[in-house]
Amino acid sequence: MATYHLTTPLTSEDTRQLNAGDVVYLSGVLYTARDAAHKRLVDLIDKGEELPFDLEGSVIYFVGPTPPKPGDPIGSAGPTTSYRMDSYSPTMLAHGSKGMIGKGKRNQAVIDACKEYDGIYFGATGGAGALLGKRIKSAEVIAYPELGPEAVRRIEVEDFPVTVINDTHGRDLYQMGREQYEVK
Amino acid sequence: MREIEFDTVVKTVRDLIIHCSTDLPEDMYNALKTSVEVEKSPVAKAVLEQILDNANIAKTEERPLCQDTGLAVFFVRVGEEVKIKGGLLRDAINMGTEQGYKDGYLRASTCHPFSRANLKDTIGYNLPAIIHFDLVAGDKIEIEYAAKGGGSENVSRARVFPPAAGKEGIIEYVREVVSDAGGNPCPPIVVGVGIGGTFEKAVISSKHALFRDIGTENPDEELNEMEQTMLEQINNLGIGAMGMGGTKTAMAVHIESNPCHIASLPVSVNIQCHSSRHAHITL
Repeated sequence: MATYHLTTPLTSEDTRQLNAGDVVYLSGVLYTARDAAHKRLVDLIDKGEELPFDLEGSVIYFVGPTPPKPGDPIGSAGPTTSYRMDSYSPTMLAHGSKGMIGKGKRNQAVIDACKEYDGIYFGATGGAGALLGKRIKSAEVIAYPELGPEAVRRIEVEDFPVTVINDTHGRDLYQMGREQYEVK
Repeated sequence: MREIEFDTVVKTVRDLIIHCSTDLPEDMYNALKTSVEVEKSPVAKAVLEQILDNANIAKTEERPLCQDTGLAVFFVRVGEEVKIKGGLLRDAINMGTEQGYKDGYLRASTCHPFSRANLKDTIGYNLPAIIHFDLVAGDKIEIEYAAKGGGSENVSRARVFPPAAGKEGIIEYVREVVSDAGGNPCPPIVVGVGIGGTFEKAVISSKHALFRDIGTENPDEELNEMEQTMLEQINNLGIGAMGMGGTKTAMAVHIESNPCHIASLPVSVNIQCHSSRHAHITL
């Protein structure tokens, strides 16, 4: 279990060194999207149209924050459950995205896509919304404002703490961790 | 007949919601503190420490513990010798819910089941609240409140077994539900088990079981023993905090049991994430 500090956008060089279980502190820009936004983004990709942000090296954060208090860039902002994005993530990775942040297990198609396209699925601590929200220094809605908490936001983070769940070698921390501590 | 002002109920509910959103109850906080000390996995230990840090930040800076501020769930026991002056009790609870979620900068998470349109501008901000009323003796109103997030509800299940399934069948079912859920419901979790009654009675009992404080014993000896057996089996699954592998998957199993039909054995398993935001107040 190693610790890394990485800045987005991520490259294949960044992602290939990571192993399931490593702790990474991310800085730079992340883009937020949940299922409703993913559906629209993948529709645009399928039609060959331009996306509201550059996918190359991007890290997508699955989050629907609370409204900000006056003076704050964003409210509480922990991860949502990721399986709802499983049908969209391989397309995002195939088109240059290098990382996703969420919580909970992914399907085999996502794990395979991480291996094929040098992508990483990071887990953030669910229910740590106050702590994670504080690591977000700015937030700006850049697409689909009508989706409210589910709109696409460009957020800047500093030392955002995540753990590598699925790495570029096809490994899965959820499976490995459980096997290690299971009492049969 | 005792009277309680409509506005008193509204204000009480509003304040309860705002308080709950930032202040993790002591029972869960203490259980987390103990878990950090005994957790064997360094990855899970780091997660537990983050959860505790989060609770401290949320409390001191009055920030919501989790961005999923839940649907508002109430169990309300109304004394038969008390009435609300100036309106209906249900309306007062809904109004207090809307004010609490708005004034506390909490997320409005209710939507239409098919269109998925958020209902904040039509029915109301995070409305309607889910309210279970009961009539009791006396002139008081007891309100139990929980903010129930989506992740842990999504993995909850219910099933009506044939009576032959027995205690062993129930214990195996609970283990299976938690095992299949893995890290999705944000462990360490609390597991509410409703047994008996009719189908819906078992489900409501499993929800209500989550309101019991962690660390309290079930007064029924047989159920208490079942709770301990289930807890041990669940923690042997190895799921750990946030599913990353570890020795602490659940903080507690709480069972509520009811008499049931001679032909059936209903069982419901309702899961609560570690952000166990609940409180109660008596008016």
